Amino acid sequence: MSTNLATPRIRAPRSARAGEVVEIRTLMEHPMETGLRQEGGRTIPRDMLTRMRVRLNGEALLEAEFRNGTAANPFHVFFVRIERASELEFTWTDEAGRTARATHRIALA
Amino acid sequence: MNLTRRATLALTLLPFAAAASDDALNAAIRAEIGEATPTEGGITLRVPPVAENGGQVPVTVLVDSPQSAERHVTAIHLFATRNPTPGIASFKLGPALARAEIQTRIRMAENQTLVVLARMNDGSVQRATAEIRVATGGCLT
Repeated sequence: MSTNLATPRIRAPRSARAGEVVEIRTLMEHPMETGLRQEGGRTIPRDMLTRMRVRLNGEALLEAEFRNGTAANPFHVFFVRIERASELEFTWTDEAGRTARATHRIALA
Repeated sequence: MNLTRRATLALTLLPFAAAASDDALNAAIRAEIGEATPTEGGITLRVPPVAENGGQVPVTVLVDSPQSAERHVTAIHLFATRNPTPGIASFKLGPALARAEIQTRIRMAENQTLVVLARMNDGSVQRATAEIRVATGGCLT
């Protein structure tokens, strides 16, 4: 189990017109080990992210709870309508309570 | 290597066939939607008909919903019928999401059904399923 979570990767536009719908792509490197896998007769210890929270200008936008069926290196895409200059905040939390954060600003074009 | 040989290879690499029971699936569903009775339809699922790598199966869920104050999706839940455990992920949607669409990547241990439930703001639940064939299992290997 690593001591720190990886640095999240966010792909989203830097600017948008008022009312425009923009695509947000997030990738978080993480093994998402379920504790069910074996290698060389040994069980690989469980190491899972539990959730991803996304806020838009301080308000809840999307909250994901991950279970065993979410693939390693969780990748998510979703769509947001931008009405004003905005800040997105992303937080991933693992089962040990460690967090990784990222922010992304979108200016009005 | 053709698909049949690959599937056979995948099976021999699995230490055991540890699929969750129907009871576990039903319990996981009840834990998310309570006693609500889902209505079929209203959800578009985009999945590959055959997943070469069961460890990374791309899934798009799009619920037919205006995402207006009057009618919007509040949560989307994904379940696997033949994984060692049924839970995949749950998503809570906020009002600023432009549409009730989530793209994610999931694990599939073997050929099975993906079950997706969407809860609407009025408490009703919609359901859709997709069959996914898996060439190489993605949970235990």
